[in-house]
Amino acid sequence: MLNKLKQLWHTIKSPSRYYSLGILVIAGFFAGIIFWGGFNTALEATNTEAFCISCHEMNDNLYQELKYTIHYSNRSGVRATCPDCHVPHNWTDKIARKMQASKEVWGKIFGTISTREKFLAKRRELAQHEWHRLKANDSLECRNCHDFQYMDFTRQSPRAEKAHSSGLESGEKTCIDCHKGIAHELPDMAEVQGWQ
Amino acid sequence: MKKLLLLFLLIPMFVMAEQNIATLRSADIATEPDAPRMGVEENKDMKRKRNYPMQPPTIPHMITGYLIDLNSNKCLSCHSRRRVEESQAPMVSVTHYMDRDGNFLAEVSPRRYFCNQCHVSQVDAKPLVENDFIDIDAILDSKKNKN
Repeated sequence: MLNKLKQLWHTIKSPSRYYSLGILVIAGFFAGIIFWGGFNTALEATNTEAFCISCHEMNDNLYQELKYTIHYSNRSGVRATCPDCHVPHNWTDKIARKMQASKEVWGKIFGTISTREKFLAKRRELAQHEWHRLKANDSLECRNCHDFQYMDFTRQSPRAEKAHSSGLESGEKTCIDCHKGIAHELPDMAEVQGWQ
Repeated sequence: MKKLLLLFLLIPMFVMAEQNIATLRSADIATEPDAPRMGVEENKDMKRKRNYPMQPPTIPHMITGYLIDLNSNKCLSCHSRRRVEESQAPMVSVTHYMDRDGNFLAEVSPRRYFCNQCHVSQVDAKPLVENDFIDIDAILDSKKNKN
């Protein structure tokens, strides 16, 4: 047994002594496909709503609230799922967000928001993370669907038109500045700008 | 005897109910009629006339999804004193900043916090019952014409 392991170690240490370069290149190519494909499949599996709400923290609190909003139910039936708004679509940004999300695994293991009470107590902090993220990237996840270039002001109500054609157009404001709580209930908004 | 008295008291109530409330339902008690179509919330942003000076103004825009609870008040995010400069929305009247003894407060009084207790948006719907409300101006005009 030990001998076999030693032999294997020798092969791994210097594979070109035992296999031809061609074989190694071809094997490496296929191993690469399998590894990369597997990695991406696993990554995409964590990027679905079904995955998010497989935890009771998400299913019982945030998902239930979403159901009453326009991003879940509306006249045309187009809807947003969790990752549409909470995970960047761009690959590098997505990987960065996924690495950040490893802290959420920690939270799950130690039950940081395992009860409704714990969740409500932490809601302001969690909401602030998302507000800061969307403020920093100019509401990129909103703009993945809602493109300012294609907004028809004549189809908007007068006050929406005024807000979008002034603050939003000049870049002074971004979507999240006014549309906090568009998809979830809000935490205590005391001292949040725009909510006094 | 007591029961009989109660019955006599109840009979006129039933009669009245038949006249007014049953017509709203316009269906037999044992059947479940189709729900009427839901009205479309008006969203014109145009102030409406008030029928009398003390009438709480109706909301001239959509308020779908506007949450008012302990944590947040979506209406006040435009209509509160601190927010009207940016939003250019009408400020809630000063009476909303008064407690019931007439003292002014820094914030909207808790008794006036739940906006849609008095203020409501309007839908384009046929009234369920006839409204015979007469504006005070109409009464004054009719008196003038008599003289």
